Amino acid sequence: MSDSIAAMSSPGGAAKVSSINEVVIRIAGNSQDGIQAIGGFLARLAGRSEQEVMTFMTIPATISGGASIFQVRMGSGEVLSSGDEADVLMAFYQHSYDSHLSSLKKGGIVLFDSDHVVPNEEFKKDYHHLGIPISGLTVEAIGGTAKDKGKNILALGLIAKMFDLNIPKLEKLIGERFTGKDPSILNNALAAFHAGYANPLGNVMETFKFVAAQSKGGHQVVMNGNEALGYGLIAAGVRFGAGYPITPWSDIMELLRRELPKYGGTFVQTEDEIAAISMAIGGSYAGRVAVTGSSGPGISLKTEALGWAVMAEMPLVIVDVQRGGPSTGMPTNIEQSDLNIAINGGHGDSPRVVIAPANVEDCFYMAIEAVNIAKKYSVPVIILTDQGIATRIEAFTEPNLEKVCQDISPDFTPVAEHKPYDLSKPDGITTHLPPGTKINSGKYPIVTGLEHDELGHPTGSPKLHMQMTAKRRKKLQALGASLPVPKIYGPPEGNILLVGWGSTEGPIREAVDRARAAGDSVSSIHIKHVNPLPNGLENIFSGFNHVLVVEMNDEGLYGFGQLGQILRARYCDAKIQGINKTDGLTWKVKEILERAKTNVSAGLRKL
Amino acid sequence: MSQTLTETPERAGNIATVAAPVVPATEERKGLTKKEIAADHPTWCPGCGDFSVLALYFKLIEKRKMWHEKITTVAGIGCSSRFPYFVQAHGVHFIHGRALPFASGISLSRPDLHVFVFGGDGDAFSIGGNHFNHTARKNVKMTYCVMDNWVYGLTKKQTSPTSPLGFKSKTDQWGAVDYPINPMKQAISAGATFVARTTHTNPNHVLAMMEAAMDHDGFSFIECLSECVEFYEGAFDASNPRKGGVFNEVPKSHDVTDEFAAYKLASEPFPGNFGIFYKVNKPTKNAKEAEINASYQSKVTGLKDWQILQKNFDKLR
Repeated sequence: MSDSIAAMSSPGGAAKVSSINEVVIRIAGNSQDGIQAIGGFLARLAGRSEQEVMTFMTIPATISGGASIFQVRMGSGEVLSSGDEADVLMAFYQHSYDSHLSSLKKGGIVLFDSDHVVPNEEFKKDYHHLGIPISGLTVEAIGGTAKDKGKNILALGLIAKMFDLNIPKLEKLIGERFTGKDPSILNNALAAFHAGYANPLGNVMETFKFVAAQSKGGHQVVMNGNEALGYGLIAAGVRFGAGYPITPWSDIMELLRRELPKYGGTFVQTEDEIAAISMAIGGSYAGRVAVTGSSGPGISLKTEALGWAVMAEMPLVIVDVQRGGPSTGMPTNIEQSDLNIAINGGHGDSPRVVIAPANVEDCFYMAIEAVNIAKKYSVPVIILTDQGIATRIEAFTEPNLEKVCQDISPDFTPVAEHKPYDLSKPDGITTHLPPGTKINSGKYPIVTGLEHDELGHPTGSPKLHMQMTAKRRKKLQALGASLPVPKIYGPPEGNILLVGWGSTEGPIREAVDRARAAGDSVSSIHIKHVNPLPNGLENIFSGFNHVLVVEMNDEGLYGFGQLGQILRARYCDAKIQGINKTDGLTWKVKEILERAKTNVSAGLRKL
Repeated sequence: MSQTLTETPERAGNIATVAAPVVPATEERKGLTKKEIAADHPTWCPGCGDFSVLALYFKLIEKRKMWHEKITTVAGIGCSSRFPYFVQAHGVHFIHGRALPFASGISLSRPDLHVFVFGGDGDAFSIGGNHFNHTARKNVKMTYCVMDNWVYGLTKKQTSPTSPLGFKSKTDQWGAVDYPINPMKQAISAGATFVARTTHTNPNHVLAMMEAAMDHDGFSFIECLSECVEFYEGAFDASNPRKGGVFNEVPKSHDVTDEFAAYKLASEPFPGNFGIFYKVNKPTKNAKEAEINASYQSKVTGLKDWQILQKNFDKLR
């Protein structure tokens, strides 16, 4: 546990090496200092060392500059969250020191740039202070006109020294990062790294060494959620898409724009969000499930066309990387407040599928699942991720791409006749024929947003509207019935069941572990298929006294968050309550536990 | 002529590798008859100009021997946008103003198809104005025929973006006060590579423009005056010789590659000129994307898709 560091690093102690299982390092500086790069190197190193890793970052919504942090938790055991408190804080500026010292564990180490930071004497008793002139050393190491550019790499050298990290592996990572650039850039980076590594760290403290991680068998890959999602779509066979830039979705469209040409595909940057979804639907109509995506405000703009895809029953994948809303809101913060629009956004009865990956690995596999659901049920599927999962880096077992990659090329075999909206089909599932397909009867279908008959021709018939509305609903009910019931984390019976969805799985599970270690009866489930929900949740709920839905959104007018409302509506169960927050930051484990405690001790309020 | 309507083009080095149907290119087929190509009976008012545009689309299909399954007709919302229902072929009735991006999605992923988009002035220049500009500037290969009647007909007589000043509608009882859009100028300045003007009262001319537009490799735009007999009767009489007007063809001396001359032609007061105002050959977005693809695919020749992806994953270890 990370407690070990605090316990073993005593000021003035003899230099020695202590074994640790994991560490949480928070790097605080400005966004242009390349602090994300340090975090990225550490995360990638952890992945290559078969360690587990999770990162968390904040980026300012300013165009250039602004305070920024990057937190890495890496270790030899299971890493579920990016950590409540840091063991080590690296502070580049006075504001970094002042704002983030409180995030440091008592007795933890604050490593600060003594060229910029004047430590507060008052705090010296609580935290181990280590001042190193990082900026000065960088100028010394690199020389020339670069000023202190490269101090992030020097700082990486300091961390490498402190935690006895694998130097050849880090050198290789630095080499890969700067490959193809001017060779002097790589030389400078390595010079800065070694200058950091050679620093005696004030000769006052011990260093640490990770205990060996258990072999995971097979390679790990390290990436963030946006990358995993983008590559997942490619593996799924998606070859066409369209989008408009918006944070934090843009990374995915940049990746697809860059990668798809290799596969003979195209991603189009359109003039606006509406054109993006319209063009993607056009691509799907042309025969192959296409993708569009956005964040918050962009999703609002897309809802009319989304409604068309529901009505015309056209497959489509829509990625929503949620951020703080409403309106422009908090563009670089984390929130799970788009669940309502994802499930219900738009006018009319418009059932669609909504799924939510719980971690970076899920982003890859659920992108494939989304494509397959869209294709099989001829329906738009929304993948809900959020700013947290989009930018967080995790290591996971490398997928077997030969097995996983699929071909979803359209079939143009001529058919005798075709009715896309065939009412006699079981489960109400529509199939479309792409243009180019010959229909020997000479009767061709129209796809339309008007209520229609079985061939797609407009109708004002009340009976057909009822039948078609039911058809669009029934196919999702059929999907719901086929979904697996979520596995319970912890015993199937007890006092409290925490229910989560999306990026919060890690901290919720860690909360369960911590509570159980303290003797409390807490379990959790994580819902990945949010619309339709799987059947059978009521059986799980029946095993607990309290069902607390943990969400990063507002408790709403009636006291329950967005998923909470749905679960209450479906199960009419008063023991379902919400634990909600809107501070734009990931859940801390202790926050969940404290809130759960308060909620339960308050009794079943609002009955 | 554009081969895409009757046969499948070469697949190599083309985004056609994504999704082109394999159809024997040599198959002989007769042209479709009007009976085979007509679907629902149009819901337009008797005397509507849109009837003649539809009839001439049928004629085009017949004359050029297009294959049933290769015809893709897309529309947005409006009276004229009902068009696809009346054509017995693959068709799409999309949402208001967004037919062009939808059609771009088809065009850019299916080089074997030539997409026709039909719509009205509200769809094209009001709610869909942004898409008109951007589809034109990107030069996405398709034909866009705007049936311009200078009024909102489906919603029963409101001012449209092409209604002339002073036109009395339900939203401007005292007469329209907003300056109208000039579709030809709009198209030329947006970068459309084929810009033509015609009117429903001259069938041969409409057909000639449709043929020329279809054969153009790029974004081809036709403004077709199409009278709304219900809400704007007589709007185009001045262009109809049978009603005492004049039908002036674009002068033979006009250089269709001269953007400024085209713009000048478009500035003439109603009834102005009819014919091709502007036509230049510029690489289409379709061709440019295919070029990017060919260049990137040449670096991964012989690799299966999963092997291409594996190269990325190797770097993420």
